[in-house]
Amino acid sequence: MENIKKIHTPITAGICENLHAGDRVFLSGSIITGRDMAHKRLCQLIAEGKDLPVRLDGETIFYAAPTPPGPGRVIGSIGPTTSYRMDAFAPMLMEAGIRGMIGKGSRSAAVRDAIVRYRTVYLGAMGGIAALMSECVKKAEVIAYEDLGPEAIMRLEIENFPLIVINDTAGRDLYENATGRHSMEPRSVDR
Amino acid sequence: MNTIREISCDIIVETVRGLFIEASTDLGEDVLSAIKKAAESEDSELGKYALDKIIENAKIAKNTPLPLCQDTGLAVVFVELGQDVHITGDFNEAVQEGVRRAYRDGFLRKSICDPISRENTGDNTPAVIHAEIVPGDMIRIIAMPKGGGSENMSSSVMLLPSAGLEGIREHIVEMVKRAGPNPCPPTIVGVGIGGSIEKSALLAKKALARRVGEPNRSDTRLSKLEQETLDEINSLGIGPQGYGGRTTSLGVHVEMTPCHIASLPVTVNIQCHVARHGEAII
Repeated sequence: MENIKKIHTPITAGICENLHAGDRVFLSGSIITGRDMAHKRLCQLIAEGKDLPVRLDGETIFYAAPTPPGPGRVIGSIGPTTSYRMDAFAPMLMEAGIRGMIGKGSRSAAVRDAIVRYRTVYLGAMGGIAALMSECVKKAEVIAYEDLGPEAIMRLEIENFPLIVINDTAGRDLYENATGRHSMEPRSVDR
Repeated sequence: MNTIREISCDIIVETVRGLFIEASTDLGEDVLSAIKKAAESEDSELGKYALDKIIENAKIAKNTPLPLCQDTGLAVVFVELGQDVHITGDFNEAVQEGVRRAYRDGFLRKSICDPISRENTGDNTPAVIHAEIVPGDMIRIIAMPKGGGSENMSSSVMLLPSAGLEGIREHIVEMVKRAGPNPCPPTIVGVGIGGSIEKSALLAKKALARRVGEPNRSDTRLSKLEQETLDEINSLGIGPQGYGGRTTSLGVHVEMTPCHIASLPVTVNIQCHVARHGEAII
């Protein structure tokens, strides 16, 4: 498909500034996973001034917990969880160096402000296409919080992850813009 | 006097195991054809892109096989137990064992945890079982792996009786609007009206087990409500994955039962587009 921006990690401030809400992106390179409990633990450590089990500087974090890999597979199915649950923690992680976030669903005003302030990006992955996304993962290993089971922090090597820019450094929001553009008067459609 | 039919727990274990594995990897024909139909009429470019990816994903999941979604859900099981059946063994434990084996053997994600400590139970049990006793000597089992993201956008409310049909319609649309992109649209909206608070929730959940887009056939007021609400939802502009478009929901399924003169319980239970349900009759 045309009009797809191919980007490679590490995502830099420069890359972020060239991304606009609504852009289609194929992301390749190295990213980490982390969701509810991992966020809570990382932020607790940051608040206490302690060492983190993973370096966050320039990192891209994917709010995801995969299914276990079947025989001969690198990883099972993988896709985004809903991002608002990470909103309370995301600005602190951006301050600690996180540059890219991958998830699904709307972010709070505080997160959107932090995206502008720290020149980062929030990329939307589609929910419910986890078999397709599994095929884009070339390597996967648990690097922290193994006790969290599927919620452990993993490092993934990915190739052409299909993503969409949701929130960009200019403060734009795809969801708001798109909904506004496509809303209309109700009209009956065939079932 | 009717004769009693013996059914062994082993059959229940195997049936439940098979239903959950199949539902997790094979998107039902009802959902897939609704998505394909929506993709044809979706005029939002990003919305159509998302619908095409969903169709492609269903193919990969079935052929590999791999779970359609990494959230293989909380295991919800509806059971209609014929009153002329005698089960040899522990029925509840048999269903739990079937779920345990499905999530182990099918490489499904174990997503169930202690609500406070958040410690994972490790085998995706306990399943939530809704059993009812019906006439006959058969057992009907519906397996429904229910994802957390769409469940989080659901709620039960007690509307004022004076709110009427109009108030119910407004409430459903408002719930979908507020959920926005979060529950992975296009969604299916299950609605339970009446009964008590828990009955309305149960009706809403059971409405989701219906084939996608199949209208309520018991009450024309409800089939009309389903169509009108769907029409209004699909004019909100949210679209597939919230990327904009006319395909925000694939169906609104409403079930209803009488309630107290003081009350109007309404539950809206949202289901993502990976609407998995499998059924078997023993």
